[in-house]
Amino acid sequence: MSIPHLEILAIAVVTAAGCSLVGVFLMLRRMAMLSDAISHAILPGIVVAFFFTHDLASPWLMIAAVLTGLLTVVLVETLTRTRRLKEDAAMGLIFPALFSLGIVLITRYAGDIHLDVDAVLLGELAFAPFDRFVVGGADLGPRHLWVMGGVTLLNLLAVTVFFKELKLATFDAGLAASLGLAPAAIHYGLMALVSVTAVGAFDAVGLILVVALMVGPAAAAYLLTDRLGLLLVLAALLGAVAAGLGFALALWLDASIAGGIAVGVGLVFLVVFLVAPGRGFVAVVLRRRRQRWDFAQVMLAIHLIQHEGGPDEDDESRVEHLHGKHVGWTPAFTARVVGGAEKRGLVELDAGRLRLTDPGREAAGRALSGTGS
Amino acid sequence: MSTETPAVRVTDLTVAYGELPVLWDIDMDVPAGKLMAIMGPNGAGKTTLIKAILGLVPPAAGRVEIHGGLYRDQRHLVGYVPQRGSVDWDFPTTVLDVVMMGRYGALGWFKRPGKRERDQALTALDKVGMADFRARQISQLSGGQQQRVFLARALVQDAQVYFMDEPFQGVDARTELAIVDLLKELRTLGRTVIVVHHDLQTVRDYFDWITLLNVRRIAGGPVDEVFTSENLKLAYGGRVEFLQRQAPCDPPPDAPDLGSYPGRIRP
Amino acid sequence: MSWLGELFTDYTLRTVALGSASLGLVAGALGAFAVLRRQSLLGDAVSHAALPGIVLAFMLTGAKTPLVLVLGAALAGWTASLLVMLIVRTTRIKLDTALGLVLSTFFGLGLLLMSIVQRSAGAGQAGLDRFLFGQAAALVGDDLKTMAALGALVLIVLVMMWKEFKLLSFDPAFAGALGLPVRFIDIVLTTLLVVAIVIGLQTVGVVLMSAMIVAPAAAARQWTDRLGRLVILSGVFGAASGLTGAVLSSLVPRLPTGPTIILVVTTITVVSLFIAPRRGLLTERLRRGRQRRRVRADSVLADLYRLAAQHADPAQAPHAAEALQTMSAQAGVREGLKQLTEQGLVESDPDGLWRLTDAGLARGAELIGGVS
Repeated sequence: MSIPHLEILAIAVVTAAGCSLVGVFLMLRRMAMLSDAISHAILPGIVVAFFFTHDLASPWLMIAAVLTGLLTVVLVETLTRTRRLKEDAAMGLIFPALFSLGIVLITRYAGDIHLDVDAVLLGELAFAPFDRFVVGGADLGPRHLWVMGGVTLLNLLAVTVFFKELKLATFDAGLAASLGLAPAAIHYGLMALVSVTAVGAFDAVGLILVVALMVGPAAAAYLLTDRLGLLLVLAALLGAVAAGLGFALALWLDASIAGGIAVGVGLVFLVVFLVAPGRGFVAVVLRRRRQRWDFAQVMLAIHLIQHEGGPDEDDESRVEHLHGKHVGWTPAFTARVVGGAEKRGLVELDAGRLRLTDPGREAAGRALSGTGS
Repeated sequence: MSTETPAVRVTDLTVAYGELPVLWDIDMDVPAGKLMAIMGPNGAGKTTLIKAILGLVPPAAGRVEIHGGLYRDQRHLVGYVPQRGSVDWDFPTTVLDVVMMGRYGALGWFKRPGKRERDQALTALDKVGMADFRARQISQLSGGQQQRVFLARALVQDAQVYFMDEPFQGVDARTELAIVDLLKELRTLGRTVIVVHHDLQTVRDYFDWITLLNVRRIAGGPVDEVFTSENLKLAYGGRVEFLQRQAPCDPPPDAPDLGSYPGRIRP
Repeated sequence: MSWLGELFTDYTLRTVALGSASLGLVAGALGAFAVLRRQSLLGDAVSHAALPGIVLAFMLTGAKTPLVLVLGAALAGWTASLLVMLIVRTTRIKLDTALGLVLSTFFGLGLLLMSIVQRSAGAGQAGLDRFLFGQAAALVGDDLKTMAALGALVLIVLVMMWKEFKLLSFDPAFAGALGLPVRFIDIVLTTLLVVAIVIGLQTVGVVLMSAMIVAPAAAARQWTDRLGRLVILSGVFGAASGLTGAVLSSLVPRLPTGPTIILVVTTITVVSLFIAPRRGLLTERLRRGRQRRRVRADSVLADLYRLAAQHADPAQAPHAAEALQTMSAQAGVREGLKQLTEQGLVESDPDGLWRLTDAGLARGAELIGGVS
């Protein structure tokens, strides 16, 4: 792998890690689509700032973009509060409008701006190694690596310093407020971080990858752990893996690197979605299948207990009753359930009648009292 | 038990949401012409029971009969009043329009409601005292008025058996009384009404039949026999102190004892 | 049919106008349901996700036949919405995250495939770019026919299943209790939405098509409280903005079609949000102001009446505005007096003292009588 390739990979990995960190909180606060909204909506801010500075590397672009990002969030919230539109419609109205404005400005004044529409969507990762960060004649590496390194460091710092506050505001905003933690400040602080990350990353990798990297790794990590700290670490790691995988894919196909990394994110999620222990698709299907039998056996025990001592006990405890018209099981299913329940010692078969054993009685009692079967 | 076919017969109904069972092996017979309350603590599965009967939640096992036939064949005999909070009252439609929705099932595919449906809806609105509001946008109704509109929509279904999910939730006292009058009128006409209810104090005044529920069926039958401290203790578990102060009625000597196995009552 | 094709190819602008108006009409009408069912962001996911479908359809068939590309787009959009549902149902991941995930990875796949096509296919692929931000000027008769046919189909199904869609959107549980096949109706409505989105992709582009679903309906909702009128009005707004935006972008150089259409439709929505009767934010503020002024004038009149009532001949007793100010907790006594003068309820004499007219006396009696 050549030096430029390594540099591209480094930019992608650092960007992925930085996006994942804020993405986790967006996901937990059920605001994942804000990554889409903010990353699109900052465009006019960038363009207008560029008109004044004529410098894509100017910090003013970053400031303008962050302000536009916050403005988007405030606009959506204000519009929702007027109760004229629901939140999803307010969001779906505002960010395409701002993005359209940005695109029109870029296209109209294409001669003055070295931004083109493809770059907005896709970024220019392939050219990133040519954009050097030079201080006093010394080449310190690709500029994007410094920008995204800074942004990622900022996110890491914010998440570490305000870990407790973010955690509380995310899981219990009411309690956070009563403890004087100002959930609103935390909310807008997080939105500012998302905007900073989006504008930094957007310049390097294009806005679609901003969305993919904020949402995908966080979602995958969420299927692997319950602990917030671990969730953040895993999301950053999975993001980095996806970036590497996607970059390799793009090199192999000689195709768009940003597109490749987005697909890499999708693949990483897909694998986790399928095989994650406990919460993955395969695990869920297997567990549901197993539970179906457990569940049916407990149901049998409860059925017997409900009719125990009643006038219809004799009738209700016949095996045929179970696959009769009442319970609605098939004979094969019934035979398997009864067999299983017998093996587990929940019931005893006595002259065609099922009788509950003490363990069966306890299992039924546990299930009914809600402590699980 | 009466030999007459019950209006509703539920046998061995078990329901699970995803991986969590919420109703275990429910047996319930409701004779025709009764006004029945379904009661139990929060999370007892009251709404789930109604939804499972109506086929809105797939049961894991069990069977539902309405007037002697399978539910899916007898659906036209059933009317439904969902919880008021389950819909968006900002939806762009009018009172009359919502009430006419009660006829959509009988209309069949591709047919539009016409004058007949309109007249039926107006009659029903008149019955609940909402005729003057027919052209009103539904967001401009009070809670009680919204509930009356939902009742009118059930009335145009012209059903034999009505299922109502918390019709008294958040309505004014006047509406509550009007609804009770209406329910009693339906009973007079021989209809069966099954209501998810919360208020222990009004049970004796409003209903003549009751089912107590807490994940399983605790007890069921005439209010006079079943609405006892004993049974309430079984249904509501730890909140029994509070409930005893409400003193429903003295336990009759033959109150059914269903709580003799371990693990049932948690403090 | 050839005369029809000729008519349209000969008049490029007419093609553009008709095409973009019809896509706006269909998107607006279906969008009304999407917005009411809070599926605004599903539209965003479906339209982004359509891109890989378009490129794959092109790669597999090597053709740019509109129907083939639209089919590819629809299949991909459909798959995306199914995946979103699958993820939400089987895991703990919430809808917003699932939407963002599917949207970005599908779109990324589309971009990846597109870069491959661009490298390998040479000149033949140039047309695919326009699916990003739309290009009305590239619409030809074939496109128009496809759009019109699919759009008509969507609208016909919408009319036929009107009451089912209405009930599903308002109260799906009740629909289920009536025995309507809710799942099936839901699938049909979602399919219509997907088709409405994909027929607009060529003109508006995958990136912005979601706004064509949301904005017209959001605008129309401010003007009416009836579903029928909402859907029609939403369709009209969609058609008007599609037409205006597309024609503008065809006439003005370097004005991309999709963004222009979106800016037009957003303008309509913002104007509606402010000035629509009853629901408009500005309208409401004006109404509140009027109400407040009336209440204030009434209270000034009542004060004046109370003062006058202490005299034997009420109408003849003039009072200084300052006296009224001491009685009134509210500001704006002079403002109130000015209004009352305009209504002919009070009059002032040359000394600047105020007295009630006969009409004012009557109104005062009414107000005070109402209080006591």
